[in-house]
Amino acid sequence: MEELAAVFVARYNYWGVIILMGIGLYAMIAKTNMVKKIIGMNIFQTAIILFYISTAAKYGASIPIIAHGHGAQGHGIRAADYMNPLPHVLMLTAIVVSVATLGVALALAVRVYWNYDSLEEDEILNQIKAGQLNRK
Amino acid sequence: MTSQIPALIIVVPLLVSLVVSLAAWIRQSLCYAAALCAMLVAWISAILVMGRVINQGVITYRMAGWAPPWGISWHIDHFNAIILILIATVALINLIATRSTAAREFEDRPGVFYALYLLFVTGLMGIVITGDIFNLYVLLEIASLSGYALLGMGSGRAAVSSLSYLFIGTIGASLYLFGAGYLYIATGSLNMADIAAILPTIEQTGVIQVSFILCLIGLFMKMAFFPLHTWLPNAYTHAPNSSASLIAPLTTKVMIYVMIRIVLFVYQPEFAFAEMDIDRVIVWLAVIAILAGSMLAWKQERLKRMLAYIIVAEVGYMVGGFWLGNTAGMTGAVLHILNDAMMTLCLFLAAGAVISRVQTDAFGALQGVFTKMPFSMIAFVAGALSIIGVPPTCGFFSKWYLISGGMEAGHYAFVAALIISSLVNVLLFFRVIEIGYFEPFDSHHHKNGQTVREAPLDMLVPLLVTAGLLIVMGFYANTLVTWIVKPAISAATMGGL
Repeated sequence: MEELAAVFVARYNYWGVIILMGIGLYAMIAKTNMVKKIIGMNIFQTAIILFYISTAAKYGASIPIIAHGHGAQGHGIRAADYMNPLPHVLMLTAIVVSVATLGVALALAVRVYWNYDSLEEDEILNQIKAGQLNRK
Repeated sequence: MTSQIPALIIVVPLLVSLVVSLAAWIRQSLCYAAALCAMLVAWISAILVMGRVINQGVITYRMAGWAPPWGISWHIDHFNAIILILIATVALINLIATRSTAAREFEDRPGVFYALYLLFVTGLMGIVITGDIFNLYVLLEIASLSGYALLGMGSGRAAVSSLSYLFIGTIGASLYLFGAGYLYIATGSLNMADIAAILPTIEQTGVIQVSFILCLIGLFMKMAFFPLHTWLPNAYTHAPNSSASLIAPLTTKVMIYVMIRIVLFVYQPEFAFAEMDIDRVIVWLAVIAILAGSMLAWKQERLKRMLAYIIVAEVGYMVGGFWLGNTAGMTGAVLHILNDAMMTLCLFLAAGAVISRVQTDAFGALQGVFTKMPFSMIAFVAGALSIIGVPPTCGFFSKWYLISGGMEAGHYAFVAALIISSLVNVLLFFRVIEIGYFEPFDSHHHKNGQTVREAPLDMLVPLLVTAGLLIVMGFYANTLVTWIVKPAISAATMGGL
């Protein structure tokens, strides 16, 4: 039991990510409102962004800016003293991607609303079924 | 100068997609011309790159001159060079063929359509050409987002279908990103070649296995592998015809390419096949995918929807063939990527031609289309024969490799599934042919005064060219295999298998 607690505490960032992913997935699967689904999708993406960011952290490390950096190579700069900047840079791109996804999703939701006058999935499905019956 | 050609493949469509959206403000007819020029440049560059790969071997292109492990490098070997040509060819043929369809479906904003079209092609080309796993994710999302927009711009249910595709597609891409993150934690690198060099040297921990599974599930979602296929039929059925015939042949096939690239060139066969030991499970899933796709296709009453379910079955062919893990199966899978893209393009273009004249693709309304639109339907029959796998067409040869791979691996269920699915395809297409050929044209169905006649030339010529290519690719299947597919696979599997 203590061992398990140790794993839980030492790896709390991963648990946070998993919980956030779960919340996002739950919203996407269980909610019928399109906008709530879109928010769930965004939470899911944010969880992965946080996962990357948390991997960059190191205990006792400072921000990866080397003051008076020119020609300082070889003068005792230890990589362990600085956080890993690469995941941050990657996630800057991933944030842009997730914002773009959010934009496309909301634009599609607007079109759905124009067509069906509703954002509730069950109402839209009812209307689709009714439309198919009418055509027959 | 010629060393910069790989960059042109991506940069030209990307920049012209901006130009196109600006050109729409000046004159709307400029959009098509600009898009056509960009696609031609990309197509010619892809062919030149292929020539260089055959003559000089693998090309590693350093974007902006940064050296590989830090900078983004493009890695072009036989495998992705041929996929690049495939994407460029399909996109170019479809661009020409759907000019009038697009003008009708996107009447007030052709700029939007052609800009998204080029962005989608840029994304796919980038996915194929890149040698960096994070870059791959970004380009994957570029292609997917422009795909969602293209699919969602149809009338009726298009937006709902595209939105549910977006949800599943985003989860898939996010899982891939998650897996790539674990891979980065384990190796400290994002460059595919670099990771491939590091992975065998480090201790095999659960981290790498988790990353492998996450990447694989993410890609399965994106490629519509059977239980994860639910987005595909709706998204492709309700989409505008001009975008469906671009996206349907390419998206799933490029995702299968990514799977093969990641498994063979990043994780490498020793790990993916020997250590993970999931290949037989995946082949069984593929068997289910093939059977379920064929059965679901049988239940459909509309042409495009039936074709969409056939794609689900075809994804099973390629995934199963690849995971058989022997050279014949992999050759079949790679060859089938090429063939299936052309067959799907041919069938979707033919369906688009029929819909443009008959106004619907319900089977009941197709009576007598053979007499009214003979040339379009000849192309349709060529595509159908190729999907079934009748010898002179290319579909036969890849299916032959897949079946012999299955026999070699002793996986008879996969062989049986392939044969059953071919027989179901015979029934599927002969049902359409029976209605279209033997039942007389019923003018009562078409009382709106429109006359059903042959599709316009700009639609018909590309369609017939595609149908011809199916047969040409059949005749040159051996050449394709010895010159391109064999070197592509042997580069990755020198040690194992």
